[in-house]
Amino acid sequence: MSTATKKKDETINYNEIPRNVRMRPYFIIAPGLLILIGIMIPFAAAIVLSLTNYSFKLPSFKFVFLKNWINTLTDAAFYHSLWVTLKYAFCTTVSQMLLGTGIALLLKKDTKFSRILKVLFTFPLMVAPAIAVLIWQLMTSNSIGVLEKLLNVFGVFNFPWAASHSTALFTAVLIDTWVNTPFVLLLVLAGIQSLPKSPFEAAQVDGASAWFTFKTLTLPMLKPFMYIALLFRLMAALQEFGIIFALTKGGPGDTLMNISLTAYLTAFQFQKLGVALPGLLILWVIINFTAKFLVGRQRKLAKQAQGY
Amino acid sequence: MNPNQLPKSKSHKSSLEILEAVGRNAGLSLYALFALFPLVWMLLCTFKSDAQMYNTVFRFTPTLENYEAVLLGTDYFKAFLQNLAVSGGAVLLTVVAGVPAAYALARYDFKNKEGIAFQILSFKFAPEIMVILPVFLIFQKIGLYDTYLGLIWVYQLITMPLLIWVVRGYFEDISVEVEQAAQLDGYSWFDVFFKTLLPLIKPGLVASGLLAFIFAWNSFTFPLVLSGFKIQTITITSLRYIASDTVHYGQVAVASTIAVLPEIIACLFIQKHLVRGLSFGAVKG
Repeated sequence: MSTATKKKDETINYNEIPRNVRMRPYFIIAPGLLILIGIMIPFAAAIVLSLTNYSFKLPSFKFVFLKNWINTLTDAAFYHSLWVTLKYAFCTTVSQMLLGTGIALLLKKDTKFSRILKVLFTFPLMVAPAIAVLIWQLMTSNSIGVLEKLLNVFGVFNFPWAASHSTALFTAVLIDTWVNTPFVLLLVLAGIQSLPKSPFEAAQVDGASAWFTFKTLTLPMLKPFMYIALLFRLMAALQEFGIIFALTKGGPGDTLMNISLTAYLTAFQFQKLGVALPGLLILWVIINFTAKFLVGRQRKLAKQAQGY
Repeated sequence: MNPNQLPKSKSHKSSLEILEAVGRNAGLSLYALFALFPLVWMLLCTFKSDAQMYNTVFRFTPTLENYEAVLLGTDYFKAFLQNLAVSGGAVLLTVVAGVPAAYALARYDFKNKEGIAFQILSFKFAPEIMVILPVFLIFQKIGLYDTYLGLIWVYQLITMPLLIWVVRGYFEDISVEVEQAAQLDGYSWFDVFFKTLLPLIKPGLVASGLLAFIFAWNSFTFPLVLSGFKIQTITITSLRYIASDTVHYGQVAVASTIAVLPEIIACLFIQKHLVRGLSFGAVKG
């Protein structure tokens, strides 16, 4: 043990450490990991099942190999759901990033008002997506909603919200933005609070304009924080299910049918589990690649920002 | 700093500064309206009778009949308790299994450490529906469908990655010397862990446990697929209020309010740790 501690800063020779000490971390970590892996066995099952014609209606199933995959990849409905997935992810992420960053910058100045708001603004983030939909139905309902009554003042009656093909996406994005903007806000605010003072004082002495300071100092140093926010929001938005399901179950028609919704309905309404899975596996690949890309960019930016 | 310059620069900036302050506060107020009014409106709606719901906006005679209807008349209260049991059980299991894992990932240097840590994180990013479809199948076969154990197990996908990553950071914040000093004093490893380390990370542990609880409480996809008639969670039960033929909006509002209230109270207690928890320890707010 003493050799191990002495050598801590150098490279560790694992053979010098007694075996029981060397194995200890694995034992400690095992329960947590086993619980998680146990629940991830289904992931392997998902790949196998995607090659079968498994259905909850049929007593048995057989392998159909790539049939489900080929059907998925040649199905116009799949490309529609992919398009909805990307559209929804893009709209929610962009609106939340812009709004969250903007409000964080407004909260930068430390006043009593902003300190109270910082706490209050975290509230919507705690609301479950399904409950958020209920809350917004109280707002937008054409019979009792306060927004309807407000729009009536401006001469707009029975605004369709989630019920119409043209406004359903807007409504879903609005609810998602209401819930999740505080997440971006909090992360960017943490970034703002960690900004070092000296570069900004130097810029002020040099007489740099506010915009120039923001562009060359603030923004690059905030970017690593914004990337973390972007990573979390984008990953969640690509697989959003709760808000859309609670709002319209993918409707009206197939307006909000993203990949998650399509798979859920294929599996449970049409009882075809095998058919539902290829789309989800493709979504999982997309999410994984996006995450890897963003994590890589974030690390590079964090290093760059520290160079200032 | 120079006393002669101070008043001059102040008067020079004042009109611009006032304009900036007005703009800033206007922007903040607008966003505050967007973020908070829906919650206020929800609360107002809980006190409106069915008739007043349609013909009043802000001026009405408050009534408690919606609260009575929801809490006494239906199985909402049962769902509330069951949700509490499932979420609480999930967090408990996560703490028991996850804190040691977080400790190992923070303190020990072993092969594949970062690989294992990222594997744990990646569970968070797997599409919930993809995980849940085969789980549904397997749970029906092995009898875990619609049981507490089944739901608590699946909820580990929500709570465990969060807790391990956040608590790992709190362990890393404690210097190794603290541990070594305690060991030199003759404490066993077990004692060091429970008597010196755990008290030190307690605030962080409580905060991340509460946050994990909130996420579990909010879960929608898992209980939608994996629970049936026996176990009902609050998110699923609440949705039924809007699905019925004649919607009692007052009851919808009460159901939502009771679902949200515990979370907002919990959120007030963990403000200091919120950023760190939400970003899985990536940002130390």
